[in-house]
Amino acid sequence: MAQITKVETQNQIRSSKWPIERNTEAITAWLMASPAMILMILFLIIPFFLAFYFSFTNQRLISPNPTEFLGLQNYKQLLTIKILRLDPIMTESGEPVLDEEGDFTYIRERDITRDPDNPQYAGLQRWDSWDIGKTRFSLLASDVVFMKSLINTLYFAIVIVPGQAGLGLILALLINRRVKGVNVFRTIYFIPVVVSIVVVSILFRFIYDGDNGLLNSALVFITGGAFTPIDWLANTTTAMPAIMLMSAWQAVGIHMIIWLAGLQNIPFTLYEAADIDGANAFQKFMYVTWPGLHNTAVFILVTITIAALGLFTQIHVMTRGGPLDSTSTVIFQAVRKGFDMQNIAYGSTISVVFFILVLSVAIIQRYLTREKSS
Amino acid sequence: MKKNKVFCSLLAVLIALSLVLTACGSSDAGPSEGQVPAVVEEVVEEETSSTRTTLSMWYHGAGNEVERNILLSIIDDYNNSQDKYVVEVQDFPQISYNASVVAAALAGNLPDIIDVDGPVMPNWAWGGYLSPLKLSDGALDEFLPSTIGMWEGEVYSVGLWEAACALYARKSVLDQYDIRIPTLEQPWDLEEFDAALETLQASGEFDYALDLGMAWTGEWYPYGFSPFLQSFGGDIVDRSTYTTAEGALNGPEAIAFGEWWQSLFVRGLVPGTTQDSADRDTGFIEGRNAMMWNGNWAGATALEPYGDDLLILPAPDFGNGSRIGAGSWQFGVSADSQHKEGATEFIEFMMQDKYLVAFSNGINNIPSTPSAAAASKLYSSGAPFEIFFEYSAAQATLRPPTAAYLTAALVFEKALADIANGADVVDALDAAADEITADIAANGGYGFDGSVVGPSIQEDEIAIGK
Repeated sequence: MAQITKVETQNQIRSSKWPIERNTEAITAWLMASPAMILMILFLIIPFFLAFYFSFTNQRLISPNPTEFLGLQNYKQLLTIKILRLDPIMTESGEPVLDEEGDFTYIRERDITRDPDNPQYAGLQRWDSWDIGKTRFSLLASDVVFMKSLINTLYFAIVIVPGQAGLGLILALLINRRVKGVNVFRTIYFIPVVVSIVVVSILFRFIYDGDNGLLNSALVFITGGAFTPIDWLANTTTAMPAIMLMSAWQAVGIHMIIWLAGLQNIPFTLYEAADIDGANAFQKFMYVTWPGLHNTAVFILVTITIAALGLFTQIHVMTRGGPLDSTSTVIFQAVRKGFDMQNIAYGSTISVVFFILVLSVAIIQRYLTREKSS
Repeated sequence: MKKNKVFCSLLAVLIALSLVLTACGSSDAGPSEGQVPAVVEEVVEEETSSTRTTLSMWYHGAGNEVERNILLSIIDDYNNSQDKYVVEVQDFPQISYNASVVAAALAGNLPDIIDVDGPVMPNWAWGGYLSPLKLSDGALDEFLPSTIGMWEGEVYSVGLWEAACALYARKSVLDQYDIRIPTLEQPWDLEEFDAALETLQASGEFDYALDLGMAWTGEWYPYGFSPFLQSFGGDIVDRSTYTTAEGALNGPEAIAFGEWWQSLFVRGLVPGTTQDSADRDTGFIEGRNAMMWNGNWAGATALEPYGDDLLILPAPDFGNGSRIGAGSWQFGVSADSQHKEGATEFIEFMMQDKYLVAFSNGINNIPSTPSAAAASKLYSSGAPFEIFFEYSAAQATLRPPTAAYLTAALVFEKALADIANGADVVDALDAAADEITADIAANGGYGFDGSVVGPSIQEDEIAIGK
């Protein structure tokens, strides 16, 4: 600070005001920004480049072995996908060998991927397969769990982004009225946001319990016993939707508040003008409210998308990726491989791939939602 | 407007960046979080004179008042018993303890004495955090083999207590359904155990015939359930070479285990992976579940409602001997320590029977020596849990003592959860075996070169002595 005062006095002496004052302003600005910037560089920028570097090595958390440079091997291990064509097993006379149910039988994919005569399939695992006619097409991947996690993450984002943003907007419209007691509703909708997601996840584990959970008990009670209880988190088809519902319930309040701020920024005179023009409620929403919310919508879209793609805590607490990988996500895999299994290099590789994914999605969204004015 | 647009896109990129970096951060910087946990520094000796050397010690039991007081009183005794060293202890919450040690090791800040979970010890020894423990001759003679941490033929750690698992049941219930009560000499075999489960389930009196504790994710899976696999004749890794899981985790014995394991869930005999921890804690003692597979730590709460009716039964013998998990928390000397003799001396001081008894009475664990067990409240002759000491001595099977265990345990946990949830048994076990074998190869064998270093699970003492 002493330095600045000194410079300022010099300014007054020289009285050649503009260029130097600007210089002083710049120095002050840098000084004021520096605490935040140093922290950002130390804890965000440097780790990011480290992760990028680690992803090309075999860096481990604990290891007496020296770190080696592997090039793209981690990326290959993470992302390789191949399709394998299988013909039915035939007897020597050319008859297909059928199983008990009369279906064609095929050689096991693992027998091929572990066969030294087929080095191109080495290290791959079966992900899925389809039978077209007699031929079976098997999809092989080098890291099946990661591929499933990628699909799950996108599935979660595709449902949660419009769902949660839409619900937030509806709630915001509902509470954007000057009615008595509206603050009570605002508070109620906002309460889940203040509760830690870890606590919410633990509570919902109890609520979704298959034997005596609240949700099952409630459904049985409402339907008068006609409903058969479901073990929500143990079922591959219901586990992810159950987590989506909980996540939306927990986070919708914050988006409601952002929508509300956007709504209250729209000048009331526009609505009065619309009234004079004889617009109905729907027209007012379409031509006044929605265009007025453009910037808010872009902001909400981008933040929800990024948060949705980063799904981790709920999974870690509630299902640990199960049942049968149906709730495993990209970040969950990054933590599991990188930290739990001490394979920093592989975890970093997943993080870099995730970064590219998020960045591309954000750029595409920005492009699609750009203002189309000339 | 244009400025606004630039700002918006910048913001989008920044948010994307920061989120990704948080993600990277959680994998890279994870351990360093552990450095900050509520660490309570305790200077036991106040008159720390400059002539005495300070020995630092880390312990995982923060938050447990009883455990802490016992440890502090031992340290007090030691500090008063000689005038060369002063021991100072730092407590960590168990959940962040391992991460803290890893972080300290990376930063070169390890204390002199660390405690280490039995199955993790080989990983730390291999990683160069621990140095061999040079105790005086005969110091370990009386100790249960499972309380001695060995790696590459050398002792690295020693445990003052052991834990053991058993089947908790009720005599009145088994009598009512005409089920034979098994003994250490004659445990249930697969058919008898399965028939007992079916009978109890069919009675309609219980939600589940058996509670395995699926709610306890993490180390409980390999600790509690890998002995079943080993009793079938399979294993997490092939412990004759420690360089592969092929054949051990996906051989015919392992597949037989996997199919039986899956059938428990298909037949509805046990609660599944979504069991919540409250049900785990109360299912047996409130009579909703007929039997419970649990450790000695659950004994006191189970004794309360059932008293003399409570049975503590041995693990079934699925063909390769009755087996239970082994290896609890143990003490070792760090590789960085400047005062290894002092650290070793203190560990040897702690190994006195009276302290073993104090820990056992305080935290209900099994003392490591027969003489301490005989002097303890819960495990002496005629005491309610005497049988646990016998189970531990007869059935304890270490989780594979290799640095590969850390990863293998997680893979094993996932395989068991997947099979319970209906995965194809052979595929799940093959995938698990492949992942473990690939991890071992990627780490240069974790110090093993593929030569035979010991008996496989089918040739060890328990299998031969059965």
